[in-house]
Amino acid sequence: MDISEFYETFFEEAEELLGDMERHLLELDVDEPDPEQLNAIFRAAHSIKGGAGTFGFDVLQHTTHLLENLLDYTRHGELVLRRDIVDTFLEAKDMLHDQLDAYRQGGEPDPEAFERICQTLKQLALDEMGKKVGDDAPGAASAAKAEPEPTPPSQEGSPGVSGGEDSAEGRLSIALLGIADKDRELLVEELANFGEIIERRGDSSRYEVLLETSTSVDDIEMVMCFIVEPEQLEIVAAGGPAADVSDAAARSDAAQSDVGASGKAAEKTPQQGEATAKAQENKPQEKQSPEKSPEPPAKVESSKPANKAQDNKAKAKPKAASSGESSIRVPVNKVDQIINLVGELIITQSMLDQTVSEMDATQGGALVNGMSLLQRNARDLQEAVMSIRMVPMDYVFSRFPRLVRDLAAKLDKNVELVTEGESTELDKSLTERIIDPLTHLVRNSLDHGIESPDKREAAGKSRTGRLTLSAQHQGGNILIEVKDDGAGLNREKLLAKAEANGVPTAENMSDDDVWQLIFAPGFSTADQVSDVSGRGVGMDVVKRNIQAMGGHVEIQSRQGQGTTTRIVLPLTLAILDGMSIKVGNEMFILPLSTVLESLQPRKEDIYAMAGDDVVMKVRDEYLPVVAVHQALDVAEAETEPTSCIAVIVQGEGRRYALLVDDLIGQQQVVVKNLETNYRKVSGVSAATILGDGSVALILDVTDLHRLSRTKREALSARRQTTPAKEVEV
Amino acid sequence: MTDLNAASAAATEAHSREFLVFSLGDEEYAIDILKVQEIRGYENVTRIANAPEFIKGVTNLRGVIVPIVDLRIKFHLENVEYGGQTVVIVVNVGERIVGIVVDGVSDVMTLTPEQIKPAPEFGVTLSSDYLSGLGSLEDRMLVLVDIDKLLTSEEMALVDTIDA
Repeated sequence: MDISEFYETFFEEAEELLGDMERHLLELDVDEPDPEQLNAIFRAAHSIKGGAGTFGFDVLQHTTHLLENLLDYTRHGELVLRRDIVDTFLEAKDMLHDQLDAYRQGGEPDPEAFERICQTLKQLALDEMGKKVGDDAPGAASAAKAEPEPTPPSQEGSPGVSGGEDSAEGRLSIALLGIADKDRELLVEELANFGEIIERRGDSSRYEVLLETSTSVDDIEMVMCFIVEPEQLEIVAAGGPAADVSDAAARSDAAQSDVGASGKAAEKTPQQGEATAKAQENKPQEKQSPEKSPEPPAKVESSKPANKAQDNKAKAKPKAASSGESSIRVPVNKVDQIINLVGELIITQSMLDQTVSEMDATQGGALVNGMSLLQRNARDLQEAVMSIRMVPMDYVFSRFPRLVRDLAAKLDKNVELVTEGESTELDKSLTERIIDPLTHLVRNSLDHGIESPDKREAAGKSRTGRLTLSAQHQGGNILIEVKDDGAGLNREKLLAKAEANGVPTAENMSDDDVWQLIFAPGFSTADQVSDVSGRGVGMDVVKRNIQAMGGHVEIQSRQGQGTTTRIVLPLTLAILDGMSIKVGNEMFILPLSTVLESLQPRKEDIYAMAGDDVVMKVRDEYLPVVAVHQALDVAEAETEPTSCIAVIVQGEGRRYALLVDDLIGQQQVVVKNLETNYRKVSGVSAATILGDGSVALILDVTDLHRLSRTKREALSARRQTTPAKEVEV
Repeated sequence: MTDLNAASAAATEAHSREFLVFSLGDEEYAIDILKVQEIRGYENVTRIANAPEFIKGVTNLRGVIVPIVDLRIKFHLENVEYGGQTVVIVVNVGERIVGIVVDGVSDVMTLTPEQIKPAPEFGVTLSSDYLSGLGSLEDRMLVLVDIDKLLTSEEMALVDTIDA
């Protein structure tokens, strides 16, 4: 077993820990910090330090060590938090992240940055703690802590450095179960970092180490968890210096009678060998140890009723589960591969289905039954597989508190960030691609939308602006909103700017159309170009990115009251609920999410307009008519509108009436990219494979309308030069 | 004579390349065999609207959507017919998979560098840019097509140009 195998695990866990740390730091109430949160931050730093030490990432270890010391003072109330201190912590966290990335890429972190952050942290320790010591200078303990010099790794964790309220100076009996000799040596070395090893013995199935340390059991567990499974580790407080390993063992035997009586403890974690029984007997003790009583453990355990031990066990279980069994890390490409294969399976299944449905039903009754069973199973499988890819929006939203905090500080604005619907799920690939556009919108809202506190007050609003990020499911789509209560868009300003930039405008444009102007390329309304936003390349990129994801974006705004940007995205790009339609002899798929209704057009509802445009009246609304056969040059199609079926569809907020020959039915289709081997086809978003193995194109409603317009324009241009040529609708 | 041939063959074997020979009308063309993924019949092609005439459409190749190009139409040949004998050569061009329709596939030939002559400057329908040379083989002449260049060229309209 090579320790480098664990690198990746460490990196991922450390990244998560850093994320936790940041979240806690951001949530932290500076005036009244929650001790639990401070502890959580401290533990995160500590765990990273431990892991970094194990893997020999010295720079990372060193930096976390400095940070950890400061955090330790904080949680003991020796360092009073201020906003700028939290800022420094956040900065240190970013630095840790950079270092982690550097190690991940197999390099070494930037030594200058490392030096700088060390200086900052040391200076902070010196400034704050120096003052503190001067104030109530009580003892050697604080003096030792005021010493900002980093402790070399071999001494780190020695008394006085990482001692917490939950750690009593004492001995711990640590048992390693089923660890190979080679790895054991590493672990023992790691343990030596926490204190002094007094005794060590045992074999590979059970190896006991008696450690004199002030580090808490929790912390040791946390560090060791990078290397061993939780069930491979047992830590028991071994009482005062007088106690030794054999005593501990004897006590565990005594405790066993209690536990054994309850009859359940021994049923967990199957392990082999003689050590097994002993290991399981010790379990209750291990679970109890975090409770930490100053009394000698022997007394605690024998006095505790067995059911109490079981209680603890039950309590401890969810924790163990969350670290071990409840989730696995799988590379995304493996998941994608499964999804592709399931897609193929679905196609094969529908091919079979079609064949079976053409068979004589009286002959193959069993086969037909089997097929319907297969169909159901295949669908379930597909759904289950697709759900693997789904991640909650929290994944996206969680990066904004920091951004908003930093930006607001930079812009001297007070902004409160509210997130709603974090648990709404979205395809992983989409969450990754939505981050950039969302970041841009949030920056825009902060920079251009929300006013400075004084302006807000003058406008009769609270000094603190409010930025809301929300997500919710809406049919087969997800609706993401970025809402601010800022100044809103300024119609006149937008129009003036548009004219200045050569974007076409009209006097009587509706407000909605005016708002859409900001999506035009090269448009920025900021009076001054700032480094936050205002390069004017943003919004059109946002729009294009979102459209590339199969979604669309719209803006609502009221002057003085704020702006809401709504992004509508499909939940997943891999599968689509489609309506199959027939035009001539060709089959096409319309995304069901765009279809509103279908109806038979009446002659009196169809109006021809100048320029060959045709509109259709549907319940007091005139919709542009798109003849699919014309846009896509389909031969042998129905050309008379009244004998067609009109499908009312919606795309990018507009409605169209599509003329098709026939509706075939609804089906789920696997979306296949046309551009993999071919190119973008206008009017078509992608392709899919039908039950008979043939390819059907998935139509893009808006693009189709655009296509039909250009075709009609070309047509009328041609007709003007060569008149008297009959033109069909 | 045969000894001499064998010796020269051995000497140039390292440099000789294998080509798949196919026919378009009366002419014989050849492409590097390493580009060929498979050969299959022409069936089930879904038309793509508003594409050039020589792009017949797309087909399903075991779950992958592959465009089909009819080189006969591209090269303005007469008698373009589709039947049981119509053959599609599936080629790998860069990262892409493309099917090309030809009249027939005859054999696989090994050409030594000496047998490959530079292509003359000609061609209105087939620019010499897309040729890697002419292969002379006793009384036969093979037009060696640089299928990479041909299929990724702008005029084939198979690949999105940057600004499209």
